Amino acid sequence: MNDEKQLANPYYQSLNRKIILTIISVSIIPMILVSSTIYLQFRSSYHEKVYDHLRELVGKHKDDIDNFLRERLTDIRIMARSFGYKSLSNESFLQERLAAHQQEYGPYFVDLGVINSKGEQIAYAGPFKLGKAQYSDAKWFNEVLRDKYVISDVFLGLRGLPHFIVAVRNSTDDQTWILRATIDFVAFNTLVENMRLGQTGFAFILNKEGKPQTGPITKPSLSTLPNKNIYNEFLSNSSSNPKEIHITVKPDSANHESIYVTAGLKNGSWLLVYQQRVADAFADLDKTFKITSIIMLLGPLAVIIMAFTLSRMIVKRIAISDEEKQLMNETVVEAGRLASVGELAAGVAHEINNPVAIMVEEAGWLGDLLEDGCKDENIPEFNRAIKQIKTQGKRCKEITQKLLSFARKTDDTVQDIEINELLEELVALSAQRAKYSLVEITTNFEKNLPLLKLSLSELQQVFLNLINNALDAMEVSGGSLKLATRQKEKYIIVEICDTGEGIPEANLNRIFDPFFTTKSVGKGSGLGLSICYGIIDKMQGKIEVQSTVGKGTTFNVFLPISSEDLSGT
Amino acid sequence: MDEKGTNKVFPRIRLLLVDDEVGFVEVLSKRVSRRDMEVTTAFSGSEAIQTLRRQDFDIAVLDLKLEDMDGIEVLKIFKKMDPKMPVIMLTGHGSEKSALEGIKFGAFDYLTKPYELDDLIQKIKEAVHPGGKSDE
Repeated sequence: MNDEKQLANPYYQSLNRKIILTIISVSIIPMILVSSTIYLQFRSSYHEKVYDHLRELVGKHKDDIDNFLRERLTDIRIMARSFGYKSLSNESFLQERLAAHQQEYGPYFVDLGVINSKGEQIAYAGPFKLGKAQYSDAKWFNEVLRDKYVISDVFLGLRGLPHFIVAVRNSTDDQTWILRATIDFVAFNTLVENMRLGQTGFAFILNKEGKPQTGPITKPSLSTLPNKNIYNEFLSNSSSNPKEIHITVKPDSANHESIYVTAGLKNGSWLLVYQQRVADAFADLDKTFKITSIIMLLGPLAVIIMAFTLSRMIVKRIAISDEEKQLMNETVVEAGRLASVGELAAGVAHEINNPVAIMVEEAGWLGDLLEDGCKDENIPEFNRAIKQIKTQGKRCKEITQKLLSFARKTDDTVQDIEINELLEELVALSAQRAKYSLVEITTNFEKNLPLLKLSLSELQQVFLNLINNALDAMEVSGGSLKLATRQKEKYIIVEICDTGEGIPEANLNRIFDPFFTTKSVGKGSGLGLSICYGIIDKMQGKIEVQSTVGKGTTFNVFLPISSEDLSGT
Repeated sequence: MDEKGTNKVFPRIRLLLVDDEVGFVEVLSKRVSRRDMEVTTAFSGSEAIQTLRRQDFDIAVLDLKLEDMDGIEVLKIFKKMDPKMPVIMLTGHGSEKSALEGIKFGAFDYLTKPYELDDLIQKIKEAVHPGGKSDE
């Protein structure tokens, strides 16, 4: 309950806020910086890795496909050269060659055909009944006449199925003839379709016009049909530098960010395209990012919760120790008060012990005389001794009265105080001590000073302390102690000026610190001046000190005059 | 009779009594004289030093607080003038610290006022005749 009330104090609240903010900023900011740096670094290296992997994959497939096409072309060139026109134009022989080839290399060739220079098919071996087909208008036919070898684009042709052709022109036996083979589209397609990665990665081949040569032709549902606009750039890229592999990221036709990896085939006349959605390619990274994000959210949350709990605990502890400190301060002030009273008591004891000792001795002396019997000649001596005992008894009474009048005024209540009177009393109390220290006390009090509305016992404590200190400073050498009062504006200034040893400058700003003392252990608590300072400060007055080593010290105590008294005078 | 007997063994003790309390010094000197000692009184430090310069003493009883000088200072001077003379310190202080300081500077012992006269006499005898017993 009490704690809660204390924590509601604005000072503790702002302390609480400061601690929370510090903990949060100190822990969360570095956390964010470190995690984002690590994430960005990781992301870029992961991207690099994925791109490298894709580049390698596409490069390998590009080589595979190029090799496949080259091998098929070599097959029919060797076939044409080894057997010649005569043998090959025989359809049954051609059939034999096709079967042999299929057996040797796999079912790559669907059919074979021999065509004369006019584009008429002379012989045919294969599953279709193409007979004397006429190819003089076919694009590949014209190309093979010009270039000697051709690998055509995919087309439907006479048979109505997508296929492409490898053909070689030969000039033997004084005539030009062409050997043509149809590549099994399905077998070729597998080469490309094998390239599948993740959920959305797939590959296909485009010709120069951007028409697909594989995959999507037969299964258009497999993906969004390639959009010519997207691929135009690749096509122009690949024809300018057919060897290079390009990687680009742009939206596909369904507007998903996708990675495109392209490589030229057939010396740049075809284009191998590998396409994969970015989200898919970096799915692992994405997953990592999500986990990291959760940690990044939970971490600060934990930090914030901890900051609140911790700061609350800290502030509570501070509040408790503040309270304890306050209590201890009060105790220290009380202890200091007792200490100065103790010092006073020691002085008083000395004063009382002397007359008591005289009385004891006189009594003893009377006893001594009585041992001789009651002689008349001793009567004057008796009388003298009795008188002496009375005198010393009176002396004791005066001392105890002085002490009592001082001790009675120990309440803290504020009352009207005649400062000069108070100082006179203290001087009287200290007179004996001063006498033995060979200190002459002089006073110079301004008359008719306004009354002070302050606590008497506290003022007594302050000035008793200052006078004791002054006497201590002059204990060895003796000197003079001047007390003076005067009014200046709204203060009564009490000046206490000794001619003692003085305070070294190094110590001067420490004398009001608690427990600072230059006295030997056991002689001074180091509390006196700090308590004086505390008391005067509480009264809204002030203490000033000037000191010169070897010359003495002057304390000026400024006591505030209450405002009503000020206007009264 | 008794006095004479004592005299044979030990000569009368010559005592220097120093204190600024006149009443105290007077009555104490009367009482000590009665106990067969030769007492010389001094009421201040300077007076005591002058007295010691003129005359030798077997022992001094010295108050710690004197009006003109500190008792410890007087003790130091005594110890320089006559190192063999024992000094007993008297103190009216509630605290015994300054008396102990006196012991440090060579005082034989100390007593706090008020004390029993017998204690003082006992200490004086111990100081003047260390180890010796009086005949009583």
